[in-house]
Order: sequence, then structure tokens, then C-alpha cells
Amino acid sequence: MRLTLHVWRQSGPRDAGRFVRYDVTDVSPDMSFLEMLDVLNQQLLGRQEEPIAFDHDCREGICGACGMVINGRPHGPQHATTTCQLHMRTFPDGAALWLEPWRARAFPVVKDLVVDRSAFDRVIAAGGFITARTGSAPEANSTLVPKRDADLAMDAAACIGCGACVAACPNASAMLFVAAKVSHLGLLPQGQPERATRVVSMVAQMDAEGFGACTNHGECMAACPKEISIDFIARLNRDYLKAVARPKPQAVKANGGDV
Amino acid sequence: MELRSKAPAGPLADKWERYRSDIRLVSPTNKLKHHIIVVGSGLAGASAAASLAELGYTVSCFCFQDSPRRAHSIAAQGGINAAKNYQNDGDSVFRLFYDTIKGGDFRSREVNVYRLAETSLRIIDQCTAQGVPFAREYGGLLANRSFGGVQVARTFYARGQTGQQLLLGAYQALERQVGAGKVRMYPRTEMLDLVVVDGRARGIVVRDLVSGAVGSSAGDAVVLATGGYSNVYYLSTNAKGCNVTAIWRAHRRGAAFANPCFTQIHPTCIPQTGHHQSKLTLMSESLRNDGRIWVPKRKGDARPPREIQESERDYFLERLYPSYGNLVPRDVASRRVKEVCDEGRGVGPGGYGVYLDFADAIARLGRHVIAERYGNLFEMYERITAENPFDVPMRIYPAPHYTMGGLWVDYNLMTTIDGLYAIGEANFSDHGANRLGASALMQGLADGYFILPYTIGDYLAQVKLGQVGTDHTAFRQVEREVSERVERLLAARGRTTPDAFHRELGRLMWDKCGMSRNAQGLKETLQKIAALGERFARDVYVGGKGEEFNQTLEHAGRVADFFELAELMCRDALHREESCGSHFREEFQTPEGEAKRDDARFGYVAAWEYAGAGKAPVLNKEPLEFEVVHPAQRSYV
Ligand SMILES: Cc1cc2nc3c(=O)[nH]c(=O)nc-3n(C[C@H](O)[C@H](O)[C@H](O)COP(=O)(O)OP(=O)(O)OC[C@H]3O[C@@H](n4cnc5c(N)ncnc54)[C@H](O)[C@@H]3O)c2cc1C
Ligand code: FES
Repeated sequence: MRLTLHVWRQSGPRDAGRFVRYDVTDVSPDMSFLEMLDVLNQQLLGRQEEPIAFDHDCREGICGACGMVINGRPHGPQHATTTCQLHMRTFPDGAALWLEPWRARAFPVVKDLVVDRSAFDRVIAAGGFITARTGSAPEANSTLVPKRDADLAMDAAACIGCGACVAACPNASAMLFVAAKVSHLGLLPQGQPERATRVVSMVAQMDAEGFGACTNHGECMAACPKEISIDFIARLNRDYLKAVARPKPQAVKANGGDV
Repeated sequence: MELRSKAPAGPLADKWERYRSDIRLVSPTNKLKHHIIVVGSGLAGASAAASLAELGYTVSCFCFQDSPRRAHSIAAQGGINAAKNYQNDGDSVFRLFYDTIKGGDFRSREVNVYRLAETSLRIIDQCTAQGVPFAREYGGLLANRSFGGVQVARTFYARGQTGQQLLLGAYQALERQVGAGKVRMYPRTEMLDLVVVDGRARGIVVRDLVSGAVGSSAGDAVVLATGGYSNVYYLSTNAKGCNVTAIWRAHRRGAAFANPCFTQIHPTCIPQTGHHQSKLTLMSESLRNDGRIWVPKRKGDARPPREIQESERDYFLERLYPSYGNLVPRDVASRRVKEVCDEGRGVGPGGYGVYLDFADAIARLGRHVIAERYGNLFEMYERITAENPFDVPMRIYPAPHYTMGGLWVDYNLMTTIDGLYAIGEANFSDHGANRLGASALMQGLADGYFILPYTIGDYLAQVKLGQVGTDHTAFRQVEREVSERVERLLAARGRTTPDAFHRELGRLMWDKCGMSRNAQGLKETLQKIAALGERFARDVYVGGKGEEFNQTLEHAGRVADFFELAELMCRDALHREESCGSHFREEFQTPEGEAKRDDARFGYVAAWEYAGAGKAPVLNKEPLEFEVVHPAQRSYV
């Protein structure tokens, strides 16, 4: 296969950035998308040009490191597939592909296709956990969890934190990411004590990071490689309303009750 | 070098409990004053950093990914073992201990393994309390499945994403401490060296992967939780970034490296499709619960699998091992797969594959049950191969997966450098010459949640540590050395990329120090590695600068360390004139083709000591003493 790539090149956060065209030959349909970029990078290095920077690690669709916008769609055209799991047989021979980084105020570009997603970590630090100090846990089977609830919690917990939802959203909202964690923990009996404070704290942090508001476009779910459902956003909204309707809701600092 | 295991006295089952009660404690006010450096945020590192911070220590945690949640542990699929005996099928702490020792072909330390089995019970409790959504039965109780090398169902799982869920649990605990200001997290920061002051580990030198700046962190103890080194083979099931640099650099500073040649080749991976291949994808061992492995009886039989009649198939694992069948341990399964392929009975391109067939299970249990158990694995397989395992059997072939070898540690998980600890896959403990499935997650979390947080206190309570900051001359010196190494890589400006060198090294290692080994091949490979390493130093092309985001430079540094490690692996494999577990020396096998151990000569841990550049490393031996089990020829027939 032959391809024409138009790749976003940006040397750093302060550089304006631009598309650069590359013609790639010798692409096998069995290659993964990132292997195709590897081949291009090897060629660039061979010509002593700077290779294209992109994040990746597991190449199995689970670590959430990879991700770029391919022809306007986060992670490209294949449904429920991360960039690293995408294979070249998905594209026609001679295809022209435009590759861009996630674009969102809360995800500044580091270089080329690499962005800074540490905002997600800070949202988790704000409340995306169950406080269970090491050594304090009761016997695991002492709490029964209906299979239905456990399965639904697992559906939400499958989020890989890649950021495609943010990249897909016209408002660059992180609602699906936050809703997935709020729902995962809120569906389990262990997550009940902190349920109200969790949702309030996480939403407050999400806003502070500069993510946009959710106006129900649903683009996030369509782009999500793990098919996280926007039903979880409805669940977040319910939890949030309930929490703020309670007396004295407060965004607590993480771990506020500890020590 | 003296290797003192510090194994406590007393009956095996009481050792850890007694030891824990005798251990010295650090007072709460003093804990705050101690700064502990944790390198790595996988299951081992994240659980340790979170637990240490909860105890009151001041913690810094480092990882090279952009977020601690992306550590390689996230990719573990199948499950985690624990001797809960929820299935009432006769499991017990002793049985898990025994299975692990036997699975490791009697090359691990009894006391450590017993402690691991004991601790397994608490791990499941801890993770459940954190909200890890383990699979459940309809009544709401936790569900289990079976893994290789055992006859009980003791594996807990969260669909095919167990590692992800366990890591997110540990990551969330870690982030809770970050939010509370007790852990400072340094993502995209790579440890490039260890700083030792007056014989004690006092800090690390790191490179900020975004700015490229070289800097340091000083502390009272350093914990390496940096994972395994299967990527020495280039193609492996590990994430692309997995590397040996942190533990290799510590080795060069005095930490003994134990059993480097014990590397696990996992039997069920998707076969390679072309020379562009950048990694191999694991198909979880749990698939062997329901999938049956076979090849055609006739050599070169190229008919589609469904046209090959039952009577023309060889279910070779079931034939050779009637009591364990498809669930024999990994080393045994991998070797047998290689054997049938070498005989010319392999299937798929190049004959490097065997079938893993679900037709019987689908007929017996229904498609929906199989979909629920393995749905995401089937999808992953189909994405990569464009074949649907519901209709055609999977094709699988062995691939490098896990490294049992690693830094030598004592019962406290301390290396041969005072104040330097190694936990998780980075150390050598517990799995001997072969790891059983679902035991790495268990070990990583046992080390991080329940062992290290106690044992590190015993050290800190005893030693008198002087004030050492990053302005100490030792830090300046190591920073200089690190910068010079970076400069050298950039200055070579040759013609070959680090990736090309890495591939070549990987091929050498796979061919001669992989699934089977022999003296002649190892000797030749030692020479070839040396030659290739020299060429690397001269001819590598990195490009760009040190003071910027430079992924080629990151890779080059890792490849440089893989060269040195590869040499040690071959030396270790050459010196061990026996076969045990994953280490299969062709010269030493039973008439049935099984590994033939030599306990009299090799019943020890080989702990290699760095002797300086260009000098042969020194072999130290920790004899393995068995108080309770009696090493026997492993049998899974
Ligand atoms: C595909 C796959 C599936 C698996 N499935 C299972 C399973 O089902 N059950 C099971 O028990 N085991 C399984 N394993 C094995 C298991 O996942 C690993 O052994 C285990 O997760 C290792 O955990 P760790 O914490 O030791 O290291 P890792 O998770 O590898 O973490 C290493 C950490 O160290 C950091 N690091 C490394 N080097 C540096 C450096 N120089 N500077 C700074 N940071 C550094 C990394 O950023 C990372 O945070 C599987 C392995 C693979 C490859
Ligand atoms: S590289 Fe891990 S999800 Fe793509």
C-alpha cells in the first residue's frame, strides 16, 4: 500500500505548529497504524530528519497512552478501537490521512502528536477513589455484590483514560471520563460512604482544569474505544444533584478525613 | 560478596507472623522525616508508594509514562491467584505455596514463597475494598477460574482486564496520597542511575523526558519497582517502554543480579506476521481453560482446520499430560509447541503456530458463555488477524513474556546495596525458574502492599543516616556520568537507528538464549553480542538534542543497557549446566524431553556481581535449602 500522510508537527507548546506532508510506501495491510508510523520514523531517521513524536506503550488497546485524531476522528475510523489496535487493512490503498493531536485547552501539546493529559490524574486525585487504607479491609466475601451491579461497574471501569472523549467533544468536556469513574465506584457497596463527596470533588476539579461543559452531543461515546456509555453521564448528573441538594455539600480535599 | 537471605527461624507457617512482630518500628514523627523514593508505578510501585504514604512517610514516585496509570501492569489479562478456597476444591495456603515452588522447578526460596501464599488472602480483601470489580457469581460472591500448573480454581479476575482493574485500584490509592500532598508524583521522568553514599542507596539521577534536563532526587531509601526485561528479545508481550535500565544501573553500582537467564516464554501469543512487527500480543492463559490445543497428525497438512477430522488431529498436550492436559505450566506447554512446529506440523504462515480451538467449548457451553468469558480477547485477536475465533480456531505460538530473574533480594526485599529495595517483577524472588500464571500480580501486590512497608521500617529504624542532599558531591558525580552517557549516544551520529540494533539483538537472543539453549550457541552469541555492542557504540544514529523531548534518545539508552544485560543472560545460561523450568539446556533432558535438573550442582540462586567494565562478572551462590518440600522431578503426566 501507499499512503499520503499530513502530520501535525509542533516542536513544543509555544510553537504554532503546521501540517507536514509525507508519502509512505511499502505499507503492509497487516501492519498496525503505529507500525506504519514506526516505518516512517525509521525512514525519517535514515534521512537525519526528526521523527514524529507520538505516545504509545502497550500497543494492545489497554494502557490508554496512544491516541491521535485521524481524518477528524479520535483513534480513527474503526469503531471501538484505539489507534494502536487499528490496522492498515482498514484503509484503502492510496488513502490520504490527516493526523493531529488531541485538541483541548486542558490537554496542552507537548510535541507533535503528544499532549499533556495530567489533568485526568488531578481529577482522580480530587476524589476518584475509595478510601481503603492498606490493611484495613474486611474479608472479601463478607460483602455481596449482585452480579448485575458488578458487571455494570466493570463496564464503567473499563475506561482507559486515553482522552478520546475530550478530543471528540465540541466543548472539550471530560464528562464521560469523570462519569465512568463516578459510576464505577458509585455502583459498588464499598463506594457508598464517599459517593456524594466524590462526585462533587471530581466535578469541581474537572471545571478547574478547564474542561468544557457537557451539552449532550454524544460524540464522546461514539469515539470511546471502550464503548463507555453516556448513560453513565446521566448517572453522574443524578448523583451530583442529589449530593448538592444535601445539607452542606462540600468539595473536600482528597484524603481530607485521613491522618 | 556475602548473600544473607535473613530468613527467620521457626516453623515455616509462623515465620512471617513472628518476624513481623519482632520488626523494629519507626515512630510516627520520624516517618514524616524519612523520604522514600519509589521508582515505578505498576502494581508493585503504586501499591508500595500509596501504602508507605499512608503510614506517614514522605514519598516520591517516578514513572516514564505520562501517567502512573499506564504502567505495564495495566496489560495483565487473566487474573490473580489467592488461596481463598472459595470453591471448596481443596485449596490452601500450603497448596498454593507448594504449587508455586514446584511450578518454579525448585529454584526459589521456600520462606519467601510461603509468605507470598499467606499474603495472597489479604490482597483480594484489600482490592475488593478499593472497589476492584472482580467477576462475581449470581449470588454475589466472588468467582474463580483455573490457570496452568494447578488443579484448583483459585484465580480471581475482572473479565480479561484483571491487571487494569488491580492497577487502577492501586493508582487511585496512590492518587489519593498525591491529592493529600504525601506523595509527589514524577511522570515522564526516567531513572538513569543510582547514587550510593557510604555504601547506602541515597538517591537517583533522572532525566525529565519532556525538557531533557538531568537532575536528582535524594532520599533515605530507594525502591525499584521497574518491572521486567523481556524486551531484551525486542519482540515480546511487554509494553514497548519496558526496559532494564533502572535495575541494570543499580547492578553496576553493586546490586547483585540473580538468575538473569530465567525468562518465561508464554505459549499462547499471536504469531508474528511480518518483519514490521513491533511487538507480540498475548492471548491470556485463561483461554486454556476452554480452548484445546492441537496440530494435524500429518506433517505439512495445509487443509483448513475444519476439514481436518478428529482422528487426524493430535491434541498433543492432552496426549502427553493426561492429568493436566491443556493446563500444564507455561514452560512445558511452550516447549511442546515448539517441538511439534519443529517437526513440521505447525500451522499458519511459516508453520510457526498451533491451533487453540474453542469449538468443543462453544458446543458444550454455548456461544454466549464463551463470549462472556473471553469476549474482549476474541475481539483483540480478530482485530489483529482478521479471523474470528468463534468460527476458526486461534493460531498461537510462544513469545517472551516475563522475567523471573532480577535483582537479588533478601527476605526484607533489600538488594545487596543497603537501603536499595527491589519489588515486583524487578526482583528475582518467588517464581524460581518458571512462574505460574496469575502469580505475578499476586507477587507485585504482596510486595507493595504488605511486605515492603514493614521491612523498610526495620532498616530505617536501625540506621543512622547523615544528611545527604542532591548537592552532595556523589550526586554531582553521577549526574556528570549520566550526562556523558547521553552525550556519547548523541555524538556517535552513525547510520543505524537504535531500533534496528534492538531488533538484531533481539533476534540473536531469541534464537540462542530463548526457548532452548545449548553451550555452543551461547558461546557464539556471546561473541556476536560483543561485536554488535561495539558497532552500536560507533554506528548508532540518534539525532536531535539531549535537552528536549527525544524518544529516539530514550530508546537508545535502553538498548545500550540491554546489550550489557544480554551478555550476562548468556553467561548465566551457559554456566547453568542443567535444565530447570524455563531454562532448557538441550544437553540436559530426560528421555521424555523434560527438563533435567541437577540439584547437587545447581541447587542455588546465581547472583552475579558487577566487576567493572570489560571484566567478567563474579558469580555468587545462595544455596537453596528446603525444610519442608522435597525437590522432585516435576511431573504433570
Ligand atoms: C500481556 C501481559 C499479560 C499479563 N497477564 C498477567 C496475568 O494475568 N496475571 C499475572 O499474574 N501476571 C500477568 N502478567 C505479568 C504481570 O503483568 C507483570 O509481571 C506485573 O504487572 C509487573 O508489575 P510491576 O509493578 O513489577 O512492573 P510494571 O507494571 O512493569 O511497572 C514498571 C514501572 O516502572 C516504571 N519504570 C521502569 N523503568 C523506569 C525507569 N528507568 N525510570 C522510571 N520509571 C521506570 C514504569 O514507568 C512503570 O511505572 C502479564 C504480563 C503481560 C506482558
Ligand atoms: S498503546 Fe496502549 S492503548 Fe494504545
